Amino acid sequence: MLYREAGQYKTSYQSDQAIFPIAQDRWVVWAFVAFAFLVVPFFVNDYWTNAVLLPLLIYGLAALGLNILVGYCGQISLGTGGFMAVGAYASYKLMTSFPEMNMIIVVLLSGGITAAVGSLFGLPSLRIKGFYLAVATLAAQFFLVWVFNKFGWFYNYSMTGQITAPDREVFGFLLTGPSALPWVKYLFCLTLLAVFALIAKNLVRGRLGRNWMAIRDMDIAAELIGVRPLLTKLSAFAVSSFYIGMAGSLLFSVYLGAVEVGEVFGINVSFLVLFMVIIGGLGSIVGSFLGAAFLVLLPIFLKNFMVDGLGMLPTMAKHVEILLMGLLIIFFLIVEPHGLARLWQITKEKLRMWPFPY
Amino acid sequence: MKLKHLTAGLAALAVAAPLAATTAQAYELTIPSLVYRTGPYAPGGIPFANGYADYFKLLEQRDGGINGATINFVECETAYNTQQGVECYENTKNQGESGALVYQPLSTGITYQLIPKASVDEIPMFTMGYGRTSAANGKVFPWIFNFPGTYWDAASGMVNYAAAIEGGEDQLKGKTIALVYHNSAYGKEPIRTLEELSSKHGFKLELLPVDHPGQEQKATWLQIRRMQPDWVLMWGWGVMNQVAVKEASSIRFPMDRFIGNWWAGSEHDVTPAGEGANGYLSATFHAPGADFPLHQEILEKVYDADMGAGDRDRVGEVLYNRGLVAAVWTVEAIRKAMEIKGSNEIVGKDVREGLEALNVTEERLGELGLPNFTYPVEISCAVHSDPGTVLIQQWDAAAGTWRVVASGIEPDRSVIMPLIEEDSAAYAAENNITPRDCN
Repeated sequence: MLYREAGQYKTSYQSDQAIFPIAQDRWVVWAFVAFAFLVVPFFVNDYWTNAVLLPLLIYGLAALGLNILVGYCGQISLGTGGFMAVGAYASYKLMTSFPEMNMIIVVLLSGGITAAVGSLFGLPSLRIKGFYLAVATLAAQFFLVWVFNKFGWFYNYSMTGQITAPDREVFGFLLTGPSALPWVKYLFCLTLLAVFALIAKNLVRGRLGRNWMAIRDMDIAAELIGVRPLLTKLSAFAVSSFYIGMAGSLLFSVYLGAVEVGEVFGINVSFLVLFMVIIGGLGSIVGSFLGAAFLVLLPIFLKNFMVDGLGMLPTMAKHVEILLMGLLIIFFLIVEPHGLARLWQITKEKLRMWPFPY
Repeated sequence: MKLKHLTAGLAALAVAAPLAATTAQAYELTIPSLVYRTGPYAPGGIPFANGYADYFKLLEQRDGGINGATINFVECETAYNTQQGVECYENTKNQGESGALVYQPLSTGITYQLIPKASVDEIPMFTMGYGRTSAANGKVFPWIFNFPGTYWDAASGMVNYAAAIEGGEDQLKGKTIALVYHNSAYGKEPIRTLEELSSKHGFKLELLPVDHPGQEQKATWLQIRRMQPDWVLMWGWGVMNQVAVKEASSIRFPMDRFIGNWWAGSEHDVTPAGEGANGYLSATFHAPGADFPLHQEILEKVYDADMGAGDRDRVGEVLYNRGLVAAVWTVEAIRKAMEIKGSNEIVGKDVREGLEALNVTEERLGELGLPNFTYPVEISCAVHSDPGTVLIQQWDAAAGTWRVVASGIEPDRSVIMPLIEEDSAAYAAENNITPRDCN
């Protein structure tokens, strides 16, 4: 009954090709977006922003980027942490070299620089495939972290190799630095994520996205029907790295404020984002968000529940949390190997049929 | 969103429950303890956290708190991870009546993260012998305290010890000193000072980074074997220390020419290498062992009541003692803050005043049950790190104990102070801070 689609006619190509062709879906999404933009900013405090919402939004953006590469174009990448580091260091260099630059431009340019670096490391994908490509991108991960540790220019020759985000404003509101208000940070990240999620959705529905999927499904067949592997694969690497670079830039400037490359952008981040994509659902925009939510929110929720709710010792809770996360990941992958997005899709199909199963 | 409501509800419950219970009671002091009992650095994190927790437990058991105020000791697990550290900080900073009074994160990464945040939130940080060295300049970093010594004091003290063994500072000329360091902000910290000292004394400095977590050091020690340095200094933490000591013993590097800094000199760092670790040196700023009245009191009042944070036989380990002395200084600062304010209802801002006026003499240490345990400390507005004096301890593998072999080694502050000025001035310029006037 929730989905009463009777009477919803699609009389134009435009309505037929809408992102959410069913009216109810549209309402729910609009309501959710309106809630996120108009209601949440009035209630966020330091804890909610810095501990919960910012990591969620930023990892959502990173997972979205990686999903374009892995989920839509079928190229496995383990270099996410390294590419995020490129975004972070690019924005650090931009912020310190051009103090007047608008933060939106800083983030976009950081994404652009990462896209260039990403395409460079995407070149081997023309020759090597599958697991071998994963190893090649793993090299990128280690190489990039090494570069940012080794060459002083990247961290302005500071004595410790740490980079610290200076105070910067966006439209007169302080966005970075310790005095920035939580809602400014939240809205900034949310806006970027919303805009770029929309762009991603349209990219994957368009010609470029179809090319990516053709390459993913069978690259030789794709080549035969006229898809150029060079441009397609490199564009996937570029677009994906652009998103990941923006995520890295936000992670450094808005969320953490100070970053040490080996610790924050290590190999574990690459795996974390890849797991988000796999658990959320390969080749699904909403899956990227579900995966990010699963891996970012669940540990915090479990921790708060066990420590504050059940009164467990923090260390014990940590051990249980690690255990539970592992079990849940295995559980979800057995129940639905195509990820949370597929689970969501099945639920939706069932709801549309409900109460008549056939 | 359901998940969030649920957590919010639970969090609200958790906050509301103790509030309701304490309305009619004494003022409650919230002492957050960011610990890491899990993850790659847990071997170092656990004893420190235990020492820190046990002292507060003792105060609760023996005195019912501090000057009539009760203690709300909140542990939060960071796993040495910056992002979890941020979560812990945000989670604990507004807890209870007092809010968090002082942070002690025991991680250079989290320290760098929290330096600007804590300053805005007006909560002092006591980064005891770690973190940002130039925070010793209280004019630029009013909220950060890193006594009793900085990494630069340690580096200089270790070089001075080497000089003393070689037979004088002029004997260092032409010698080679290698620095094996954790390739992170923490490990890079001493490089600047060692470079200055190398040009001052004329020794050759070789830098050998080891990447996180430090399990793979074959190549590093092969280089050392080829290079044959006269001394090896190490800035390590966690598993890196054990591996380094093992590798050093396997290339037969003379252990009495190998000095770890004060985070690379605990029991668990040397025991895996067995006999081979005999003679390994490390810097420190307090005595090892459990032969002090305070330890006996902790064993009696905390461990006999089965309330100890860790294992009974690990009381008195080097890092346990370090956590203990951190707690002792923290509590002295809290007492000082209460004295200045004239009431026990203090908040983070007052503890900062207390830390700045801290003066723990040898006499006071004796009263606290730690005679001849560490150096007297006197903090002022401008100098947040005092005295910087270094002890050198040596591992006796047969007895399984650390023994202090040299004490009272003064760092070369004529070299360090200008560097602190320079680095803190750069930080002030980068972050638009006007150094405050300290007269």
